[in-house]
Amino acid sequence: MTDLLNGLIHLTSMLVLPGLAYGSQLAFGALGVTLIFGVLRFSNFAHAEGMSLGTAVCILLTLWLQGKGIALGPLPTALIGMCLAVPVMALVFIGTDRALYQHFRRINARPEVFMIVSAGVMLIMNGAIRLIVGPDGREFEDGERFIVTAGGFRAWSGLAEPLVLKTSQAMTIGLALAVGFALFLFLNRTRSGRSMRAYADNRNLALLSGVDPDRIVRLTWVLVAVLSVTGGVLFGLDKGYRPFVYQQLLLPMFAAAVVGGLGSPLGAIAGSMIVAFSELALTFAWKKALGYLLPAAWAPEGLMQFLSTDYKFAISFLILVVVLLVRPAGLFGKPVK
Amino acid sequence: MTSILRALLLGSAVAAAAPAMAENLKIGILFGFTGPIESLTPPMADGAELAMKEVSDSHLLRGGDTVTAVRGDSTCTDASAATAAAERLVTVDKIVALVGADCSGVTTAVLNNVAVPNNLLMISPSATSPALAADTDRGLFFRTAPSDARQGELLSKVLIDRGIKTAAVTYTNNDYGKGFADSFVAAYKAAGGKATLVIPHEDGKADYSAEVSALSVAGGETLVVLGYADQGGHGIIKASLDSGAFDSFAVGDGMHSEKLTADFGPGLKIFGTVPWTVGDGATKFAALAKAAGKKADSSFVRESYDAAALILLAIQKAGDPAKAAQHVMDVANGPGEKIYPGELAKALKILKDGGNVDYVGASDVQMIGTGESAGSYREFENKGGKFETVRMLTAE
Repeated sequence: MTDLLNGLIHLTSMLVLPGLAYGSQLAFGALGVTLIFGVLRFSNFAHAEGMSLGTAVCILLTLWLQGKGIALGPLPTALIGMCLAVPVMALVFIGTDRALYQHFRRINARPEVFMIVSAGVMLIMNGAIRLIVGPDGREFEDGERFIVTAGGFRAWSGLAEPLVLKTSQAMTIGLALAVGFALFLFLNRTRSGRSMRAYADNRNLALLSGVDPDRIVRLTWVLVAVLSVTGGVLFGLDKGYRPFVYQQLLLPMFAAAVVGGLGSPLGAIAGSMIVAFSELALTFAWKKALGYLLPAAWAPEGLMQFLSTDYKFAISFLILVVVLLVRPAGLFGKPVK
Repeated sequence: MTSILRALLLGSAVAAAAPAMAENLKIGILFGFTGPIESLTPPMADGAELAMKEVSDSHLLRGGDTVTAVRGDSTCTDASAATAAAERLVTVDKIVALVGADCSGVTTAVLNNVAVPNNLLMISPSATSPALAADTDRGLFFRTAPSDARQGELLSKVLIDRGIKTAAVTYTNNDYGKGFADSFVAAYKAAGGKATLVIPHEDGKADYSAEVSALSVAGGETLVVLGYADQGGHGIIKASLDSGAFDSFAVGDGMHSEKLTADFGPGLKIFGTVPWTVGDGATKFAALAKAAGKKADSSFVRESYDAAALILLAIQKAGDPAKAAQHVMDVANGPGEKIYPGELAKALKILKDGGNVDYVGASDVQMIGTGESAGSYREFENKGGKFETVRMLTAE
């Protein structure tokens, strides 16, 4: 019984909770990617940099708030900074759109052209981040870091395996649920959301029905700002902010969006969880868990790790390739006829 | 036209007829003035030039020779660029010896492609890869920095002396980390320790929980982190503490940074080894550099001063720059008068009079084996947020 409990706690602490948190962080990104793809019809390569820039702005605002002595008690001050950073980033995104993307929309440029433009935006944002916060990592988490600590849990339960729950993990999972739910309500129940979906489904028909395209574009960028700032800040709180690691999120984010079917918000969330848990489970050393859960005679000798952790990034690639070969439209996408 | 030719001929005839006349010796300095360590190299070059100026101003080198430094860019990472730069120093600038290169990879390339074919003496202040100890340099290559292999052995000794018999090991995935980990694991096994798992980690990643989870499953009393304090090593410690996987860490010089205790609290259980110089040499060099308005406390500055000083003393001992390489060990090790920074003029005088010197220099130079510094290390431990010396570990 103790073995079973130990095994389950070990899996929860090392695999399930980190997987849920990472999956939620990916979901914020993948939702943004899929929204831009659905409504604005291009793959936004600058998305990861947008998340990083949003986090950088949030860090500056958080420092300013901390300087004023404002805090949230056990919760990180960055939560307020995050809310303040959203309008800033919305303006940045809408400004970028006005300056660049709008022109290419007007001349009906092909999606590939947009993609290349977004790669340019990525480089510019990359430079902007260097100017604003510099290339070094920084910690901006304050308040209580842990809800359940390893030592505390061991002392309380008497079990050998510790359970760890970080504030940032709990916040990530909670906010992902809340923001995801709010996004669905918006898209399905409000007039603006419905016109956005109509615009995404059939642009000409929507324009004929009197949908204002500029308003839809602005609305999309505002939603993208909410998603990328929230996702970026939560990722930064959980793993520590390093400006350029967000680039490494680009591939898993796109993989998640493609797995779920580009343009499908529900698919983006499901895809993110699939990518996150595949990455973790395939590089997880199962030795200890199996040792607890299997009879002693069957306990494995080796680490029981399918892939070395070095290959974590390759897993997103693999998933991407398999999905494109087997089911190109993704799990929730509409197959193109 | 004829008059110019005649003047030239006359000039060369005069030079040939008077070998004892003061010459201007050119010494190359090949460091990565661009590239990943560009912030470290200017003080290093200043350090080397400090020694050259000291010798030059004394007018005691051979027949009162002056010494000029010629800088070249090794880029630290690009072997072909470094080789081309060294080639230029030899063929165009006609250098007689080389201080450098800096990083281990480019140093190997320059040694094999330029120094060996041209019979050029090379002393590197900062190439620490154990691979450079291989005896293919025809006695032309020396270094004033100890090899990483040395530190691996000492770190293993520290663990064994503390009674730690099992440890998980992770290293930063480059020449430094791999070489360090290999020598540590070999020495640890030989001393009866058991490395439960040895895995690399990549720098600059967001999250190291996967690596730490594998290390924790393999188990061990302590986690040996051979990485960088502002890179992956930081992430590994953070993930270990967060998940409760390890609470005690053994580290190498790359992790010797009190930023760790600032970030993870003064109670962090961390100990390790770091190259360390105590004693007169370091103090004297600090005063010398301060008087010249240069930086003394940056990495490898002392070693750079020593590299240049050793080259010049060896030239003095040999009398001929081409034969200087055979005398580096003589001037670096005893017997003889101990020479500290700022006393190069005294050393030149002793050598000129046929005496012996034992160059101590700024970094306590003691050459061992195939021409690398034995180095002195300290075992340090975190006590309330400050790294304190447990003991000094020196060459046996």
